[in-house]
Amino acid sequence: MDKKYVPRITSFLCKWCSYTGADLAGTSRLQYPTAIIPIKVMCSSRVDPVFILRAFLKGSDGVLLGGCHPGDCHYETGNYHTRRRFAIVKTVFESLGLEAERIRLSWISASEGPKFARVANEFTETIIAMGENPVKKKIFL
Amino acid sequence: MSRITLESKPSDGVRELLRHLLDKGKVSAVLAPRRLDDEGSLDLGFITDRSELDSIDPFAPVMIANTAQVLSMITPSSSKIAVVLKPCELRGFVERVKREQGTLDNILTISCTCGGVFPLQKAVDGITGGMTANYYSDLSSEKIHAEIRETCKACEHFIPINSDVTVSLVGEKDLDENCQIYLNSKSASELLEGLGGEIDKKEYDPAISAGLMKKRLAEKERLFNSVFPGKGGIDAVIEIFGKCVGCHGCSRVCPICYCVSCDFESMNFDSDIAYYEKELSQKGALRLPPDTMLFHIGRMIHMSFSCVGCGLCSDVCPADIPVASVFKRTGDKTASIFDYIPGRDLEEAIPVMVFKEEEFSRFVDE
Ligand code: SF4
Ligand code: SF4
Ligand code: FES
Repeated sequence: MDKKYVPRITSFLCKWCSYTGADLAGTSRLQYPTAIIPIKVMCSSRVDPVFILRAFLKGSDGVLLGGCHPGDCHYETGNYHTRRRFAIVKTVFESLGLEAERIRLSWISASEGPKFARVANEFTETIIAMGENPVKKKIFL
Repeated sequence: MSRITLESKPSDGVRELLRHLLDKGKVSAVLAPRRLDDEGSLDLGFITDRSELDSIDPFAPVMIANTAQVLSMITPSSSKIAVVLKPCELRGFVERVKREQGTLDNILTISCTCGGVFPLQKAVDGITGGMTANYYSDLSSEKIHAEIRETCKACEHFIPINSDVTVSLVGEKDLDENCQIYLNSKSASELLEGLGGEIDKKEYDPAISAGLMKKRLAEKERLFNSVFPGKGGIDAVIEIFGKCVGCHGCSRVCPICYCVSCDFESMNFDSDIAYYEKELSQKGALRLPPDTMLFHIGRMIHMSFSCVGCGLCSDVCPADIPVASVFKRTGDKTASIFDYIPGRDLEEAIPVMVFKEEEFSRFVDE
């Protein structure tokens, strides 16, 4: 694989925690890959699990879902629902033999700039190792 | 609870039971499969007139429409209704009731240990006497009938869960003059008082149909292993659903897909021209209409944990896609992570409506 290959990782980040965490990573001058394409959502539970699927089928090499730690969601229970829905998406992917490693859920708080940078780097590494999402070449979607 | 034994064919026995209910004014109407003519065409009859009872064929091996969907149209009912339905239709309706699409109040549910149903096409062409005779002899000898739906062959929930009345068919040796009716609820015992027959205190014993259970479980494993060529993957999924014409018939007939305005029918996922142009410039070709995979995999994400494996979706598919086999296979996995069995218990919450504070950490990457 070309060393300069930069994957696209569609990243749904909740406004109150993970997005703010990403902001903090930036203002703290921590490096994280340009592969991360952030989309700000009010809560991780705003993400209909079909959004994850759609991003995947439209050719995202990875999809990251970031929310507040359990117990810290600004809407109290949103992220508990997120976790169940995400478990379903992963299970559906696994049952169909789709590459479930391309989707990831992580809890990142507003003060965890370094964690955001770590997750972003780690996930990007994983995706680079996997290579491009094969759905990109499929016309039958 | 208790059992009534009648010396008649089960279908005659159940007609007698229904006649008793109508005559005594214990129910105001009956919903059950009905013969339309001598050629063997059937429909789902909703009757109040006892003279219509002769045309009722309670255990006709067909599913003309999913009774679970129909029940949403006619409940809540102001008076008691007797409904004869398959175990999976009852489970489907329990799932609908959980979604506030109807109620079991004022409904007397009558089901049977189920040998499966013929594909819809057979019901349309007509189910003849010879077909029924073969079907019934397979019921007695606990064989999987060769012509029933693929998902029926692989169904392990053929003993009704939560029915008020269960008529035992599978594994019953003498179906010509032996009708075993199990009363599972207080309301069933009350309504059927005075029906006659021999009464004893006995609950349904799964040992009666254990032979079929073994075969069904083996067939389920075989079916699930053979749905996908190889291990699955995007190419296999495309191979299966690539033929889809996008009619969405499969979700229309599904007892679980109750949404009046389905997300996949909306414009929410539509793309603009610029998107198609970009796709074309990258891929050189594009399939239209798009989003077939989004529809199918998306629907699996939204509802597969509640799929009762009724098989109606496969039956209606004009492209002969084994929709039900794929959905049931994935649905088994999504339900199992929640220890969920669709339609098992009205009190059991739909998995996506509840949560525990500590669970599923294996799906979260710290
Ligand atoms: S019924 Fe068949 S063709 Fe129609 S949408 Fe479903 S899978 Fe596609
Ligand atoms: S997905 Fe198909 S098999 Fe499952 S409940 Fe719906 S119609 Fe029946
Ligand atoms: S607000 Fe962050 S997960 Fe709900």
